Order: sequence, then structure tokens, then C-alpha cells
Amino acid sequence: MAADINAFVTEATIEGDGDGPLAGTTVAVKDNISTEGIRTTCGSEMLADYVPPYSATVVDRLTEAGATVVGKTNMDEFGMGTTTETSAFGPTRNPVDTDRVPGGSSGGSAAAVAAGEADVALGSDTGGSVRCPAAFCGVVGIKPTYGLVSRYGLIAYANSLEQIGPIAGTVEEAAAALDVIAGDDPNDGTTRDLREVEGADPDASYAAAADGDVAGLTVGVPTELFEGADERVVETVEAAIDDLEAQGAETTEISLPSVEHAVQAYYVIAMAEASSNLARFDGVRYGHRSDADGNWNESFAETREEGFGAEVKRRILLGTYALSAGYHDKYYEKAQDARAWVRRDFEDAFDDVDVIASPTMPVLPFELGESLDDPLRMYLADANTTPVNLANLPAVSVPAGEADGLPVGLQLVGPKFGEETIVRAASAVEER
Amino acid sequence: MSDTAASDDGEAAVDAEEVRHVADLARVRLADEEVDEFAAQFGDILEYFAALDEVPETEREEELVNVMRPDEVREGLSQEEALANAEETEDGFFVGPKVS
Repeated sequence: MAADINAFVTEATIEGDGDGPLAGTTVAVKDNISTEGIRTTCGSEMLADYVPPYSATVVDRLTEAGATVVGKTNMDEFGMGTTTETSAFGPTRNPVDTDRVPGGSSGGSAAAVAAGEADVALGSDTGGSVRCPAAFCGVVGIKPTYGLVSRYGLIAYANSLEQIGPIAGTVEEAAAALDVIAGDDPNDGTTRDLREVEGADPDASYAAAADGDVAGLTVGVPTELFEGADERVVETVEAAIDDLEAQGAETTEISLPSVEHAVQAYYVIAMAEASSNLARFDGVRYGHRSDADGNWNESFAETREEGFGAEVKRRILLGTYALSAGYHDKYYEKAQDARAWVRRDFEDAFDDVDVIASPTMPVLPFELGESLDDPLRMYLADANTTPVNLANLPAVSVPAGEADGLPVGLQLVGPKFGEETIVRAASAVEER
Repeated sequence: MSDTAASDDGEAAVDAEEVRHVADLARVRLADEEVDEFAAQFGDILEYFAALDEVPETEREEELVNVMRPDEVREGLSQEEALANAEETEDGFFVGPKVS
């Protein structure tokens, strides 16, 4: 099975410590999360031989909680993609239908869980990369509030947007993994101490919140996130929302006008941050190095030509362009305005509702190869997930059902540090 | 950079020369085929990004705070660990390409 779907780049074991809350649980770790002594490739030729000298905080927390790491999962190169086809180690296939993609960029992680090769997996979500593959593979994925989970040891792509999140077969299992990895970390200054966050409960158990009790919960349904989606997806998601209503939740239509510009703003910001973050790959201290002669700049450019795939180059170049003189105001500043607008739109919505429900992905899983030559088409598939990263909010994708035999995900978004509420609502969706 | 890249109506067209210029700034060498392919794709993508022009100027209420910790000496990587992933090292140093 493993060879068929190509879920892992490297199969290697890190034994857990004794009998913590995750004892007996197997965990697959996305290959952009550092593991001491085990190569961490980011799905790139550039890091094909890179062996980190330390582990990410999340990996240490999982093994201290008793979980056993079983391998490093395949991913779109440097997290840049919506299909897990841009990996230098070949595409991952969707276990539900092996002619289709598992979604991206944490496709290997979701596929490993869906195929039963790991109980839980870690992904990273910059514009939807945990929720998208969870939706396409029919499993559960949680993107935590920005600052809840340490990014120390995550090889950065777009720091202001990305969070590490768990993927599992059930809401409760994903929430139990989140319980273990959440919490402030002195090695990541962007993590928050929940004792200092107004309204947050530092002793919360996310797993305990998976009780399916949605009586009295208000669910906002934003028209904008249903427009343009595949009809089969809309029908399946609406049926799941109707079921929440039948269980005692109240639904109300809401409007989020800013989300129309979220995809553009997301890509401009992510590409700008990527162009800066990936400047470190010069072949001198780590990573691939070209044999070509030449001066520093020529050698650097040759190393990067050889080490990076097309999508990574595309984003570095577009990011450089968007930040360059004459274009900074037109693209980057406008994207920051859009980001502030999206954030405010969500804040206003959460004055009236507890969670916001929509399709996770507006489409069914792509066939392999279908979107590779048309990057813009691939970017548009991120319409419903990217607003959440721009607003730094928590969200979960939970299976809503199937359409034409393919999984459809329901996305539930919560207010900042509202993980318990989205876990509770998602567990009710599971009980249908 | 040429000023023909983005006209006032938001239409973005990118030519091969401009792709080469940006690639040069980003220190990424591109093959000729890649330059042509990127020029065509960048036109579409930047035209789509131009919709950001419709976004109203928005007040940004970022709650940014400096996060500092005491400057204490702690255990770090050993020299051996720090050099372990480099292709070329000499006498405990990284060896880089020549500067000019």
C-alpha cells in the first residue's frame, strides 16, 4: 500500500516515551517539520540530503506524550501547492481514488491517515494545506489559531500565515493530538500563553470538547463561500449543515464581502514572504550546491535553478516582483489592506455567530495532472481556506459525506482561540 | 524595471526580459523555456492580482508587541553539527563560492 500511494518520503521511527496520553498512537510527520537525525526534505531536491540537528517542538511534545513517529510524509515542495504533485519525490495518490490527488500541500499526511498507515499525522497550513487534503481524503484536519502551536523547527514558507495542525480519522483523535502540541514555546516568540489571552481557557481539553453537543450553537453560513462551488459539493455541505440544525444548532445566513479578495491577498503575501524566506537556500550551509563554476551570485543562481521546482521558482519570482520598486504599493500594500478587511469582516461576524460553516474546498478532488499546467486554476481552489489564514483564525475540515463516491469536507471556522467550539461542532457533524 | 509592465487600467503584461530581470534579482537562473512559460503565466496571474485595486484602504489595527527574552548564554549546536549539512567545509568553516 505504501508504495502505491507514495505517502512517505522517508519511513523512520522515533519511539515515544512510555505511557503518556498518546501511548500506542502512531504519528506521521510532514516533511517540512524537523526531526533530529532523520532527513527532512520539504519535498525538494534542494533538501534531499538535509538531516536536521534538532527536532521541532511539536515532535518533541508528541514523543514525550508517548506517540511513535513512523515517518516523514510527502508534500508539495516547500508547502507550495494544492495537490501534492509538485514534490521532487513524485506525487502522492488519494487512497479513496488513486487516479486523483490527495490535496495539498500536506497530501502525504492526509493520505497516510486515510490509508491506515498512521493514526494521526501533522501537517502545516499556510493557506489551507491541512484542511484541503483532509477534505479530499475524507479525514479530519484542524488548522489552529495562529500562535497556539509552536512553529519552532517548521521550515518556514510564509511565517505570518502558517500553523502546524493535526490530521486524524476522527475529530476526537485530532483534538487529542492538538492538546499535546498546543501551548506556548520559549523558542517561538509568536506563540501565546493562553493564561494571558482574554476569554481563553488555559486548561481546556480539546478532546473533551468533542462531545457532539451543538444545542443552542449559532452557525453562520456565508453566501460568498458557496458561490461558484461545484453543485455536488454544495448539496453535500448543505445536507451536513441541515443535520447540525436538526441536532439543535441555529443557522443564519451571513455575508463576508471581503473574502472575494482573499485569494489574491493570500498569494501576494505568501509569495512575498516566500521570496524572503527561501533566500537562505544558497547551497553553502546546507542543501544542494551546484558544481558550476562562477562567482557567488552565479553559483547561487545556478544552485537555485537546479534545486527548486517550477512552482517554487514561480512563487519566489512573483514574490520578488510584488515587493520590487514600483509594485510594492500596487500589490503588497493592497494585500495588507485586504488582510485587515478580512480580519474585521470575521470579527464582525463573530459578534452574531459562534462558528462559520462552508465547503472546505469548492471542488471535488482533482485528477492527477489536471491542474499542473494551470497555476491560476489551482490557486482559485483555495478560495474558502485562505481567508482563515489571513485572519489567523482556527478552522476544522470534517467529512460531510460523499459526492460521486468522492469525499466532501465541511469547514467550520471559529473565533481566535475558539478551538473548543469548532471541535464540538465538528464532532456533531461526525455523528450524522 | 520597465514601466510598461502594468498600465493604469490594471492590465498586467510581462515580457521575457522582465522575467529575466526578476529572476536575476531573486538569484534564480532560468532556462529559456522557463522564461517564456513564466512570462505567459505571470501575465494571467498578475492580471488576477490586479483585482486588489478594488480593496478599500483599511485601517490596520495590528496589535504588535516586541517579544524579548533575557540574553542568556545557552547550549547551541556544536561546530560539528552546524557544519554537518554543508557540501564543502575547511578547518571548521563553511566554504562558499568566490565572491567575484
